[in-house]
Amino acid sequence: MSKGTFGNPEIVQEELDVLLIGGGMACCGAGYEIMRWAEAAKAENGIDLKIKMVDKAAVDRSGAVAQGLSAINTYIGSEQDPADYTRMVSNDLMGITRDDLAYDVGRNVDDSVHMFEEWGLPIWKTDAAGVRHDGADSLKEGLPTLKDGGKPVRSGKWQIMINGESYKNIVAEAAKKAMGMDRIEERIFIVKLINDKNDPLRIAGAVGFSVRNNTIHIYKAKAILLAAGGCVNIFRPRSVGEGQGRAWYPVWNAGSTYAMAAEAGAEMTMMENRFVPARFKDGYGPVGAWFLLFKAKATNAYGEDYMLKNKEMLNDYPPYGQAAVPASCLRNHLMLKEMKEGRGPIWMDTVSALARLRETLSPKEVKHLEAEAWEDFLDMCIGQCGIWVGENIEPEKKNSELMPTEPYLLGSHSGCCGIGVSGPTDVGAPTTEDHEDKAKIPAHLPQGWNWGYRSMTTVKGLFTAGDGVGASGHKFSSGSHAEGRMAAKAMVKYVIDNKDWKPELDTSAEQLVEDIYRPVRTFLEFKDYTTAIDVNPNYITPKMLQMRLQKMMDEYVAGTSTYYNTNAHMLKVAEEKLEMLKEDSLKMRAKDLHELLRAWENYHRIITAEAHMKHIQFREESRYPGFYYRTDFNLVDEKNWHCFVNSIYDKKTHKWNCFKRKHVDLVDKSKLFKPAVPH
Amino acid sequence: MPTFVRTDKCDGCKGQDKTACMYICPHDLMKLDKDGSETGHAMRAFNQEPEQCWECYSCVKICPQNAIEARHYADIVPLGGSVQPLRGSDSIMWTIKFRNGTLKRFKFPTRTTAEGSIDPFKGKPMPKMSDITNTGSFTKDMMGGFRLGNQAELIRRK
Repeated sequence: MSKGTFGNPEIVQEELDVLLIGGGMACCGAGYEIMRWAEAAKAENGIDLKIKMVDKAAVDRSGAVAQGLSAINTYIGSEQDPADYTRMVSNDLMGITRDDLAYDVGRNVDDSVHMFEEWGLPIWKTDAAGVRHDGADSLKEGLPTLKDGGKPVRSGKWQIMINGESYKNIVAEAAKKAMGMDRIEERIFIVKLINDKNDPLRIAGAVGFSVRNNTIHIYKAKAILLAAGGCVNIFRPRSVGEGQGRAWYPVWNAGSTYAMAAEAGAEMTMMENRFVPARFKDGYGPVGAWFLLFKAKATNAYGEDYMLKNKEMLNDYPPYGQAAVPASCLRNHLMLKEMKEGRGPIWMDTVSALARLRETLSPKEVKHLEAEAWEDFLDMCIGQCGIWVGENIEPEKKNSELMPTEPYLLGSHSGCCGIGVSGPTDVGAPTTEDHEDKAKIPAHLPQGWNWGYRSMTTVKGLFTAGDGVGASGHKFSSGSHAEGRMAAKAMVKYVIDNKDWKPELDTSAEQLVEDIYRPVRTFLEFKDYTTAIDVNPNYITPKMLQMRLQKMMDEYVAGTSTYYNTNAHMLKVAEEKLEMLKEDSLKMRAKDLHELLRAWENYHRIITAEAHMKHIQFREESRYPGFYYRTDFNLVDEKNWHCFVNSIYDKKTHKWNCFKRKHVDLVDKSKLFKPAVPH
Repeated sequence: MPTFVRTDKCDGCKGQDKTACMYICPHDLMKLDKDGSETGHAMRAFNQEPEQCWECYSCVKICPQNAIEARHYADIVPLGGSVQPLRGSDSIMWTIKFRNGTLKRFKFPTRTTAEGSIDPFKGKPMPKMSDITNTGSFTKDMMGGFRLGNQAELIRRK
């Protein structure tokens, strides 16, 4: 047990070469890959790397895959080209993505998927007769693995079906075995990165606290992989009671990746991007298998297929509306028209879809189909089943409502906000910056798309993967694992190249303790001033602070209550309110270590929310119709805004600086589009 | 649907320092009430922040006493349904009870290898440091997953 007390934590200091922050798919990928390269570095270079992974939860069930998944959403397969994947990523994100990063994921991701299957993840297969088998059955039937040419069950062009209840346990087991448990610490929440004393553009360490013992952990490290997920619950959710935990993306993704990187000075990219998934209402169950595997249609209240009815609206957004599969945001755009004009609710017509499938199936196959439909939820979104049983919904008898959710910020799913990273050097990426506003880019930042080490941010020694990597997206679970592996190699190289350099922290241990335990000390100092523990003029509870953030983001920064609309005037109000909220964050209280965890998560949410707001304010167009609208610039402005919006944050002045960077295509996008329809 | 702990089944993991549910919850929700001062039930675990529960069921699945269940979100879902798993080493059984009494049972595979059997580097090559700046993991040449791609697609590549 720790010698520390709640008021005076014990300080534990450690010197490492590589620190992995997080324990999700990206860090598990990194943990697996890095141990092998570390062994090679020892054998060939005589360098013994000290490596550690630190997770705020338990690796077996941490990150976005904690609950499981019913599909792997990125599997290229032998029949498709990484360039096709790169084009899909680009179009779904309205043209502004880094082709170098998407292409690199595309060519490497299947390696991880094949590994998952070898480790024991059951992957559905189609046999020679075209019959599909679950992952265990296909083994019994002697169907080959993916590695040996087995045919996966595609639930979409890029998705394959799995029996994924234990997906994370399996991936975690491989990482834990590779690293050894002495290199893994759980229940330590890293809350700040620390720059180098002699070089503010370099990382030197990180600090966090145990949510179990009264200890503060200060790590010095040459290289850090920051991969702590995306950001959930910065907008007021549609359910504000018990149901607010039922976020679509995991509620524990608190924007820690974005906030810590921004404070360390990393160049952020596309933080205006968000994802507003259209999902089964309230439970947020997945729709992919229903659309793609069961061929269900979504309709308005009158049974009209709004994608057909409103298809002309896609022509307003050339060329992105003219792709065979329109961007996710545009599909929302067409749905929102029905909702705004009062033709809701929107239904997923599960009844007709299953009836059609039954026509050609045997009773045994029908039973199998029913199980598949339920497994789709039970593997990854049990809460949706909770709603179905409570409302007596059997999908073959009763349709279910769809609804666009509150906005989410992430870089690995169908979103692309995040941190700018150095990409691969062999795919034709630009090495200079050619934007006409390039003079406005801070001079210390690199030009072009690669600056020495794959996956490194613009802060030397700071790497990221998964949700952390901006301007790519559609990596999902498998691509995040693959990105972790890429970062791992580059970190080994970085450490070898910097073997004689010693990190020195720019902040003293005493100051770090002061900063991190401030909410605890505030509580202890003022708790006896009032009789009601939650109402006290000297502090704010993390819960109320979060609700204040959610209310302002919802009302002014294009949340659900304004149908995702905002304008410069609303953003100006948000700016002022956020400023005061940020000041008040210094007055958060923590009555125990659990609340200290919430306090820091919510601080990270505020910084992330502010980045999102500043980027939306800077980008004077509506790049993602259906995700958000700038009503004062309600168009996709290809002439002025076909570019990246990047930013850096100054942690001393608390100011953001947004600027443009040029977008360049590395693969030909015209293959995606039908000829433009004149109108 | 926040999880709840049944007083008649939870044994506080027999007085260990932390319970299985505390160990596993990704959001640090489960807490052991050692002396009963918080719940009136000494040596039982409880969900300390139900409105933050993602319903991931990690605690439900790991509980050695099957003491944890879920009561669906009170602000959304009508009462009376339940969704309860029994997770084994290679499969999971679900019992699904509707509000109207309809019952369904499903069993799905969860893994094809024995738990704990992964030997991560067995049969895997040792990488060469000369490859460290090239794209691809150390298993690139043997897992059949590296997709080189048609190089002509890269329109700026020289």
